[in-house]
Amino acid sequence: MARIAGIDLPKNKRGVIGLTYVYGIGRTLSSKILAKAGISEDKKVSEWNDDEQNAIRNIINDEYKVEGALRSEVQMNIKRLMDIGCYRGIRHRIGLPLRGQSTKNNARTRKGRKKTVANKKKATK
Amino acid sequence: MSRSLKKGPYIHYKLEKRVLDAQEQNKKTTIKTWSRASMISPDFVGQTIAVHNGNKFIPVYVTENMVGHKLGEFAPTRNFRGHAGQKDKGKK
Repeated sequence: MARIAGIDLPKNKRGVIGLTYVYGIGRTLSSKILAKAGISEDKKVSEWNDDEQNAIRNIINDEYKVEGALRSEVQMNIKRLMDIGCYRGIRHRIGLPLRGQSTKNNARTRKGRKKTVANKKKATK
Repeated sequence: MSRSLKKGPYIHYKLEKRVLDAQEQNKKTTIKTWSRASMISPDFVGQTIAVHNGNKFIPVYVTENMVGHKLGEFAPTRNFRGHAGQKDKGKK
């Protein structure tokens, strides 16, 4: 079982895909890390030996911000926006899109599931 | 699309002059401006700037965190008061 950055990686996936289960590592970073560690992308996670695992761990530790540290950085950035009271901070507070998207319809990612308004009057005539 | 670095940040020249003057004399008067597109430079910190929102001037006290933002971001132009008939249970 390969445990990297506090995450158990899926055993029977290819290395490039397996690494992307860590928060903050996508396909691009994943292949960069494996290339630097000198491991084939096609090697399964379960086939990594201890040396290879340590090489990957060291690269991630030294060069990249992942998991908890990255999450808290993102949260800090959002908190800064909210504290200074700028437009983007206000939009974060009320849970609406920040970048000028339309909110007449859609925008459900930010607004959450549809809330049906009871007795909403239909426009008559 | 961000602004070309070659040009440097945009700050309305009259506003910049007034802010620098005020900083020099350590004055703490509010400076009225319509220039919402001006970027807040590090010189602005500690000043209060009244930014026009199309209706009136909103006083903005500039702190260090605000450097790099535009003045208009701190003076909202729209005022949403909630939908008709909406009870105050949205705060839950």
